[in-house]
Amino acid sequence: MLGLSPEDWQAIELTLRLCLYTTLILLLLATPLAWWLASGRSWLRTLVQSVVALPLVLPPTVLGFYLLIVLGPRGPIGATLEQMGLNHLAFSFEGILLASVIYSMPFAVQPLHEAFSTLGRRPAEVASSLGAGPIDRFFSVILPLTSGGFIVAATLTFAHTIGEFGVILMLGGSIPGETRVLSVLIYDHAESMNYAAAHRLSAMLLIFAFVVLFVVYAFNRRFRTVRF
Amino acid sequence: MQLSIKVDWRREQFLLNVAEQFEMTGVTALFGRSGCGKTSLLRVIAGLDRVRGAEVLLGESVWQKGSAFKPTEQRRVGLVFQEHSLLPHLNVTDNLLYGYKRTKPEHRRQHPEQVFSRLELEPLLGRRIDQLSGGQRQRVSLGRALLTSPDLLLLDEPLAALDTQSKRDILPFLLDVTRDSEVPVILVTHSPDEVQRLADRVVFMDQGRVTRTLAIEQAMADPASPLFADEGPASILRGTLDEADASGLRTFTTDNISLLVRAGSARSGEARVRVLARDVSVALDDPGRISIRNQLRATIVASTPIADQQQLLTAQLADGQALQIEVTAWSAERLGLNVGTEIWALVKSVALME
Repeated sequence: MLGLSPEDWQAIELTLRLCLYTTLILLLLATPLAWWLASGRSWLRTLVQSVVALPLVLPPTVLGFYLLIVLGPRGPIGATLEQMGLNHLAFSFEGILLASVIYSMPFAVQPLHEAFSTLGRRPAEVASSLGAGPIDRFFSVILPLTSGGFIVAATLTFAHTIGEFGVILMLGGSIPGETRVLSVLIYDHAESMNYAAAHRLSAMLLIFAFVVLFVVYAFNRRFRTVRF
Repeated sequence: MQLSIKVDWRREQFLLNVAEQFEMTGVTALFGRSGCGKTSLLRVIAGLDRVRGAEVLLGESVWQKGSAFKPTEQRRVGLVFQEHSLLPHLNVTDNLLYGYKRTKPEHRRQHPEQVFSRLELEPLLGRRIDQLSGGQRQRVSLGRALLTSPDLLLLDEPLAALDTQSKRDILPFLLDVTRDSEVPVILVTHSPDEVQRLADRVVFMDQGRVTRTLAIEQAMADPASPLFADEGPASILRGTLDEADASGLRTFTTDNISLLVRAGSARSGEARVRVLARDVSVALDDPGRISIRNQLRATIVASTPIADQQQLLTAQLADGQALQIEVTAWSAERLGLNVGTEIWALVKSVALME
């Protein structure tokens, strides 16, 4: 189908799985983090905000390099995992999932931060005066009023994870079915002079990226939750 | 029931230092200029701001003390904010019922039908929030707060953001709710007019501190009270308003005095009138044939010189309420108006506070 080989399909399936897990994990992590960031000003918040935004400016190879050191068999986390009888995280799906979560975090946090800041504290205060506890407030008031921000955050995170290359190559290498995602496979195709295969996958990603950005900007016009 | 509050909150350019006990019956007004800390005090009472070391107790229940802190949603307070605070993703009905649904059935004293009809909300049900005027929004906010059957109703300048017409639209409802309901009310306001209309007790605040707490009658008896606007000292009389008679006048009666007031749209029943001190003249004898119809017997209980050679007399009416009278110092001396003198107070103008 579409002239794609079984290894192409394997990479597509792996990439979608990586993007889906990354997006779900990040929405769970970024929501409380963005709420906390939006609920006041302090030096600690500025510090956390800067750390979260780091992947925006760092070369992916830098992030990938340090993750390889920390998560590899000799690294503090990798070694601890080995001692517990588990595998270290370098060159594994779990490893690139963790890397994706870190690498795409600003794309989840910033739209939510912006959405929560625009919303302000008042709707939550009103809900609490009417007897709604924190969880109830979140689902009955905050989520419906910032749904645009959540859609933008999820879409950008998903799309940005598809575009990951440097971090994955550093930390995950190119193991079929484990770490060889689309961007890495395109690189492999091009390296082995299989331009036709590289071209098919590249064109797919190009169209996908365009559609995603179009959707984000369309939502953005309606909700004004994020600015680039 | 008493509300006891202790808070010491200092930040740059800001201070709130209060240690007071307030009697929680009727309407307590927190009165002062903007920036005096009255809204901050309300937020501490509501639990919206958690200030370290603060203490808030309502009757027997501890809302904040030491490390104990009851969050707002467990305090059972009804809140009406200054600006429009309806939830924009819900329509009028869903806004009104948001708190009602979250109130335990055994706590429900107010029910939708009765609140809807009391605040005349039926025509608004089902509308979107952006289809409401400012006054209607505040009316819905008030209804929404009432439907939680709160133990304490907190109103943060509920009229301040409204134009004159909207204010006039909502005031009768506010009066009705604050007068009849058993729920104690704390009203934050910087408007002397709102205090005179609504308050039973005034807490004066200045620069983050409570300067005085007075019953409304006492607060109005002070010739230098900040409650007096350009018109100078005034008295508030409480009584009952009857229906209009054939001549278009209505009778306002208290225990044993009665005044004629011009017919307004106000509902009959419990009411307040305001009499400006400069609209009252004094006669020592029954004035007999005279154009002023409202003539009250009274005894002078205090006499204070105020600016411009004027004397402010406080006279006790037959029902015990106080009436402020402004006369020239010259008249006071010529007529021998001293404490204990029995007089006829001639009231030229009575404003019904509708």
